[in-house]
Amino acid sequence: MDFSQGFGLILIITGQCLLITIGVLLSLAFLMYADRKIWAAVQMRKGPNVVGAFGILQSFADFLKYVFKEIVIPSGSDKVVFLLAPLITFVLSLVAWSVIPFNEGWVLTDINIGILFIFAVAGLEVYGVIMGGWASNSKYPFLGSLRSAAQMISYEVSIGFIIIGILISTGSLNLSKIVLAQNGSYGILSWYWLPHFPMVILFFISALAETNRPPFDLPEAEAELVAGFQVEYSSTPFLLFMIGELMTVVLMCTLISILFFGGWLSPIPIIPDGIFWLILKVLIIFFMFSMVKAIVPRFRYDQLMRLGWKVFLPMSLAWVVIVATLAQFGVSGYVRW
Amino acid sequence: MANNFQNEKNIKESSVRNFNINFGPQHPAAHGVLRMVLELDGEVVDRCDPHIGLLHRGTEKLMESRTYLQNLPYFDRLDYVAPMNQEHAWCLAIEKLLNVKITYRASLIRVLYSEIGRVLNHLLNITTQAMDVGAFTPISWGFEEREKLMVFYERACGARLHAAYFRPGGVHQDLSEELLNDIMSWSEEFPKIVNNIEDLLTENRIFKQRNVDIGIVNKDDAFEWGFSGVMVRGSGLAWDLRRSQPYECYSDFDFKIPVGKNGDCYDRYLCRVWEMKESVKIIQQSIEKLSKCMGEDVLIRGKIAPPKRSDMKKSMEALIHHFKLYTEGFHVPKGEVYVSVEAPKGEFGVYLVSDGTNKPYRVKLRAPGFLHLAAIDYLCKGHQLADVSAILGSLDVVFGEIDR
Repeated sequence: MDFSQGFGLILIITGQCLLITIGVLLSLAFLMYADRKIWAAVQMRKGPNVVGAFGILQSFADFLKYVFKEIVIPSGSDKVVFLLAPLITFVLSLVAWSVIPFNEGWVLTDINIGILFIFAVAGLEVYGVIMGGWASNSKYPFLGSLRSAAQMISYEVSIGFIIIGILISTGSLNLSKIVLAQNGSYGILSWYWLPHFPMVILFFISALAETNRPPFDLPEAEAELVAGFQVEYSSTPFLLFMIGELMTVVLMCTLISILFFGGWLSPIPIIPDGIFWLILKVLIIFFMFSMVKAIVPRFRYDQLMRLGWKVFLPMSLAWVVIVATLAQFGVSGYVRW
Repeated sequence: MANNFQNEKNIKESSVRNFNINFGPQHPAAHGVLRMVLELDGEVVDRCDPHIGLLHRGTEKLMESRTYLQNLPYFDRLDYVAPMNQEHAWCLAIEKLLNVKITYRASLIRVLYSEIGRVLNHLLNITTQAMDVGAFTPISWGFEEREKLMVFYERACGARLHAAYFRPGGVHQDLSEELLNDIMSWSEEFPKIVNNIEDLLTENRIFKQRNVDIGIVNKDDAFEWGFSGVMVRGSGLAWDLRRSQPYECYSDFDFKIPVGKNGDCYDRYLCRVWEMKESVKIIQQSIEKLSKCMGEDVLIRGKIAPPKRSDMKKSMEALIHHFKLYTEGFHVPKGEVYVSVEAPKGEFGVYLVSDGTNKPYRVKLRAPGFLHLAAIDYLCKGHQLADVSAILGSLDVVFGEIDR
């Protein structure tokens, strides 16, 4: 059978899609478990430890619980939008994975605007939250969705500028090329985290805000808004929100490792590269995401906006200028094309 | 152009309706069963209207139909975070009317358990205040310690929460040597735990941003609203009943009274942390003092306390006394009295009117939280929605005592 055209091509693309979807979702189940275990360990609790050995199957039990529960739709809500919102969150966070390179050549669609695609998809994700909050026709979700709209837009701006710095260095929007541009003879030292050092931290924090993780979990701030835009959700729609959110978190971890930590490249030049390195990097960054959640209190709404617009935006903007200047004069490390 | 201008003039000013939300009673940050109606202008609070009474049990009325001893357990159910401190006020009120002086050992035990109650309360409060601003870890660290203290409660009187341990005339039973040793070793470990919690919060930038200059109470307002406890000490007034009108044997102890400066949520948090450390000092001192008066009676064996079990086997009078005490109860001379103690939340007072019978004629309980909550509108006005939960956390309200 010919896999380069016609029915064969469709078959192989479907197969690849399924592989990525199942792989990502399955790893999410265990990352969720890891997240809870890390949080529990910091709090000196045991965490999930009943379902399966050491509670490792807890996520699957939760999944089944959510699926088999009744879907409660508030009578005052806009039913179509109400059910569409979690779907949008879920689908969009899944779609973004299509351009992620897992290894050299291991990418579903190797488009030359990969990073822009992810940026666009992440920008659309706010719709899930806004629609969910709005369609619930309830006060707490409404406030939560308003907050998240402002928050996600603010931090996308600084994420955008940080990415521009990377693009100037790489000369390409293709994610595989961004990784390959970091493939130098110094291993870990030739990755972008070193020349773009301050932006790694900025990107990490912006990613926390972008994915509504603590200390930026204002849209679902428990102490104020109970659960924000998710208040009226139950059962499978709620599950979709949860999976969507966690998937975005993992996506952001992957993006950080691709943009700043050399994706699938090995830290020491002698050791072969491979997907193993990407997974390891994602896990380390995910661990940091979990630790942040366990340690920090939550920002207030105005403080969050101030941080986004008055600190992050000028800093990332200045960085773009600096990188552009350095690249113009061909300082090594800043221009790689 | 001119036409447009005229048109603009014709547009009437319309009032924009503010956003009203119900904060509670089923709200994770409502500290129990508080319902607050918030009028929001965007995220800014315009009006904050607390509705109470969802946990009202009519304690004050119920007390009128029960004997003095039967009334004692009601006090555990007021501020259930630090039960024994409430019992203390009740016992002191009865003792004042009866003009009874309790033994020194009983007095020391009361001080010891009052301070354990203070630590219990402040542990819960600072960690929930942290949770109200989004830090979830301190509370599980704090509860670990609270659990240990609950066990000390249990070992003293058999109950973890509703102790009924302080009795008119002393305390129910003596403490064993091992228990005192265990409390001592706990008190040596405890400051480390407080430091751990402080590491997470005190110098944390976000925690400070959320608490500094939030819910400021100045000195005059603290007087006008009838604040007490940490709510006035946070504002810079060194007002502590343990020092200003020493009851029990607090005058024998060496401790400091932490005082804040700005009267904001952060100062109140710091005051509570320091008070815990001071309480630990008092606990250690009282254990030292207790070890010097081993074997002393902890309950006055008069008409207000039951006779010894061994006496009841031999003496008819003792048996009758026991029967009468637990059925009819003891009589308290006619008169009225106001007694207050420095409960962890502030001045907890009992106003007791006795008509000479075995039951109180009227009891009025002064719960500090009630007055603090009354000022919530004054404290929250102009703040953001997120600050409401921070302020509420620093007020330290418990609905057992507010609703009574």
